[in-house]
Amino acid sequence: MTSRKRVLAIASGGGHFVQLLRLAPAWEDHDVTYATVHAGSAIDVAPSPLLTFRDVSRADLWRLPLALWDVARILLRVRPHVIITTGALPPLLALTLARPFGVKTLWVDSIANSERLSDSGRHAGKVAGTVVTQWPQLADGHVEHWGSVL
Amino acid sequence: MPFERLVRAMDAWAARHPEVPVEIQIGRGSYEPVHAGWVRLMPVDEYRRKVAGARLFVAHAGMGSIITAIEAGKPLLMLPRLRAEGEHNTDHQLATAASIGSRPGLHVAGNAADLQARASVLLADAGTPPAPIARHADPAFTDRIRAFIEAP
Repeated sequence: MTSRKRVLAIASGGGHFVQLLRLAPAWEDHDVTYATVHAGSAIDVAPSPLLTFRDVSRADLWRLPLALWDVARILLRVRPHVIITTGALPPLLALTLARPFGVKTLWVDSIANSERLSDSGRHAGKVAGTVVTQWPQLADGHVEHWGSVL
Repeated sequence: MPFERLVRAMDAWAARHPEVPVEIQIGRGSYEPVHAGWVRLMPVDEYRRKVAGARLFVAHAGMGSIITAIEAGKPLLMLPRLRAEGEHNTDHQLATAASIGSRPGLHVAGNAADLQARASVLLADAGTPPAPIARHADPAFTDRIRAFIEAP
């Protein structure tokens, strides 16, 4: 019997969050808090709590400080033992901020990236404890393939 | 990011098919459809209801759309976003369309004209819908993540 962990399951909107939801059985016996960009996603995760952050991507990098502020607040509020993410940029910020505190982190690269790991995924390799790809052909010495959401 | 090619193509298609109700979610795009109904962004529960109730779902080649279509068992017609058109940061939707678009019930258009032609064909005969899938990923995958969470 393992003790309950505080898990932060975090993803940007759209496909990233849809993929995260498909992994939910992984943390069903733990204290999970979800985080994404749309407050309306709360109906998908109830009764688990859902927090929101302002999104940022390479197309609107000026929003980076807003996203950074939001994910920092989320980390302080949740104080997770483990962070699981399916991308993209704001969750990468969360992993980076959490790294010095010994938080265990897993980056599941989006199934959309079938030819090469996402840029965020490659950065995650430097800050995340573990990076996995959903495509067996993209696995290498540093990136493992554990399965896919489909 | 806006996807004007898709919005304009389906609005033009709607003009030629007034008998078919068309509703487009346009996001932050600047082109507002004239012939089709449209919204900026609908809540996720309404979005899923609309996909489930539609005869054909037309979207970009994004994983959210693909998984929503498969979970709803609805045929999906996709137009991949292109970096050169300013529709995304990378061309990964081409890779997604190539690697996942061949599943039953998923269809990929090469350009706007092809999208319109395929929309007409699929409405006449939608063919095989996507095979139903479980609500969650393969337990072998989620068990592995659980082991990661629970490892000391």
